Amino acid sequence: MARNMQQGGRSAPRNAAEAPVVEALSAEDAAGLENFDRIIAKDSRVEPRDWMPEAYRRSLVRQISQHAHSEIIGMQPEANWITRAPSLKRKSILMAKVQDEAGHGLYLYSAAETLGTTRDDMMDALVAGKARYSSIFNYPTVTWADMGAIGWMVDGAAICNQVPLCRASYGPYGRAMVRVCKEESFHQRQGFEILLELANGTPEQRAMAQDAVNRWYAPSLMMFGPPDDDSPNSKQSMAWNIKRFSNDELRSRFVGMLAEQVKVLGLELPDDQVRFDADTKKWEYGPLDWEEFKEVLAGRGPCNAQRLERRRSAHEDGAWVREAAAAYAEKQAAQHTAANAQKAAA
Amino acid sequence: MNQQTNFGDSSASATRITPGFALRPEDIALAAEQGTAKPGEDVGEYALRLGDDALILAQRLGHWISRAPELEEDVALGNIALDQLGHARSFLTYAGAAWGKTEDELAYFRRESEFRSAHLFEQPNGDFAATIARQFIVANYQFPLYRELTKSSDPMLAAIAAKAVKEVDYHLDHSTQWVLRLAGGTAESRRRMEAGLKLMWPFAGELFEDDELTARLGGAGVAPSSLKDEFDRSTGAVLAEAELDVAGHPMATGGGRHGHHSEYLGPVLAEMQVLAREFPGAGW
Repeated sequence: MARNMQQGGRSAPRNAAEAPVVEALSAEDAAGLENFDRIIAKDSRVEPRDWMPEAYRRSLVRQISQHAHSEIIGMQPEANWITRAPSLKRKSILMAKVQDEAGHGLYLYSAAETLGTTRDDMMDALVAGKARYSSIFNYPTVTWADMGAIGWMVDGAAICNQVPLCRASYGPYGRAMVRVCKEESFHQRQGFEILLELANGTPEQRAMAQDAVNRWYAPSLMMFGPPDDDSPNSKQSMAWNIKRFSNDELRSRFVGMLAEQVKVLGLELPDDQVRFDADTKKWEYGPLDWEEFKEVLAGRGPCNAQRLERRRSAHEDGAWVREAAAAYAEKQAAQHTAANAQKAAA
Repeated sequence: MNQQTNFGDSSASATRITPGFALRPEDIALAAEQGTAKPGEDVGEYALRLGDDALILAQRLGHWISRAPELEEDVALGNIALDQLGHARSFLTYAGAAWGKTEDELAYFRRESEFRSAHLFEQPNGDFAATIARQFIVANYQFPLYRELTKSSDPMLAAIAAKAVKEVDYHLDHSTQWVLRLAGGTAESRRRMEAGLKLMWPFAGELFEDDELTARLGGAGVAPSSLKDEFDRSTGAVLAEAELDVAGHPMATGGGRHGHHSEYLGPVLAEMQVLAREFPGAGW
């Protein structure tokens, strides 16, 4: 079945804009394309066995694997505080949260695998530095308040991004996102609670909370990706019902959410241009440093090398364990087969 | 289902815990505050031993998260760490009730010599095989310990144990499967499994030593020596299947129960306690 999927995809037209169809579609592919177009037009779901255009498949693999990588790399900045969490309850919540992220990575890699790529290939691309992940995880977590800011702002931005993805046209992705979003909303609440506790704590704790909000604000806004006029993949993703809202629309919504919630915290956003525009009905915000975003994306952020190195060393240090597990499974299977053969002969 | 303090319903699932049903450290703290769960100093001291073992192990295992050989193991070791941390919180909350202290006061503001963990739990993670060797010993000790503790004459210890034993049952399965896999996998994994056992096995002895406290506890606790035969049998069966030999490993002198620790505990506590001590009295 996997082979059919691949073949169906390969002879299919690429993105109409980039590669005009030169050869006529086979009858099978033409029927597949017609069915695909009908699914998209009905805003229904594409499933792994359905025929799909190669560009749709590639676009999904790119997006889902980047998302999975972000969960896996995103474990590191928070794991940094597990051993130092200042109360046992906080330690327990933080551990559960980082563990959830490993779980999210697992579902997402599995969703990507339904498109005919393997987790090993995706992991190899990640450790080789060839795959992207959310740029925000290249910033360091220097204080405990960063656990609060990451939960409130980074997971908050992720939720704004991901809730619409629960309706993504590709079934396994949409369904994985339903589960991911439920857990993310718990993560956001625990982050908010950490900040609330700090904001109402000693003056030093309050300063720690404000400092973290200051540092994570702009990077979290940039998580929605470049402005709409500079976002190359957005238009096609929206046409395919993968993405539902533009980067700028989601960013503006997110700013509105922060602007309200920061009042409850009694802290401030480091942006004096945040306001609700009554005419456009949109939240406005100050300019973002897209040069910095591009720098970090290009691998020149404060922690890019550290994050990749950690993932690479965990992967390489664990190679002997994975080899042992595979060898053991093989021996068990051989024994099982031999025992069955003996039983059959008897 | 009744919502009253139902300590340790043994029919409840360990993995699906409903809020009104599971025994949480907060419930224990509340019971202590209301005077319905007030341990004597001996029971408190005993709970401290069990709580410190679990706490230090959770701290060690927590380090694996984001560093494990496979994502599934990030999740599994994270789960075991979380279970141990949960047990630690319950035991320490209860222990604290003997002296009017909270779990956090005990975890973050005691000195090294005031900890009661056994040396095994303090041992560094080493490679994955060393961690598995430590888990294998721990689970084969904690499983019969908690099972027996469910019969404790102290209802709170019995309740904490009833929740813990179901979770440790999974830890036992996890470590057993890995001992077999690593021993029977490749030459490299077998070499590492043997080396891991050589590192950890000497610290098994301390777990089964009785002392004045365990003698005084009577039916409230479990005499450590009473668990030794079962430990030997259960580990022996797996080691035999894996064709691993631990007979030659000498037992080390412990002392953790009386505050004499390995060199490893100090740095573990330094890291664990640093932030809480930077802001004494602050809430989090």
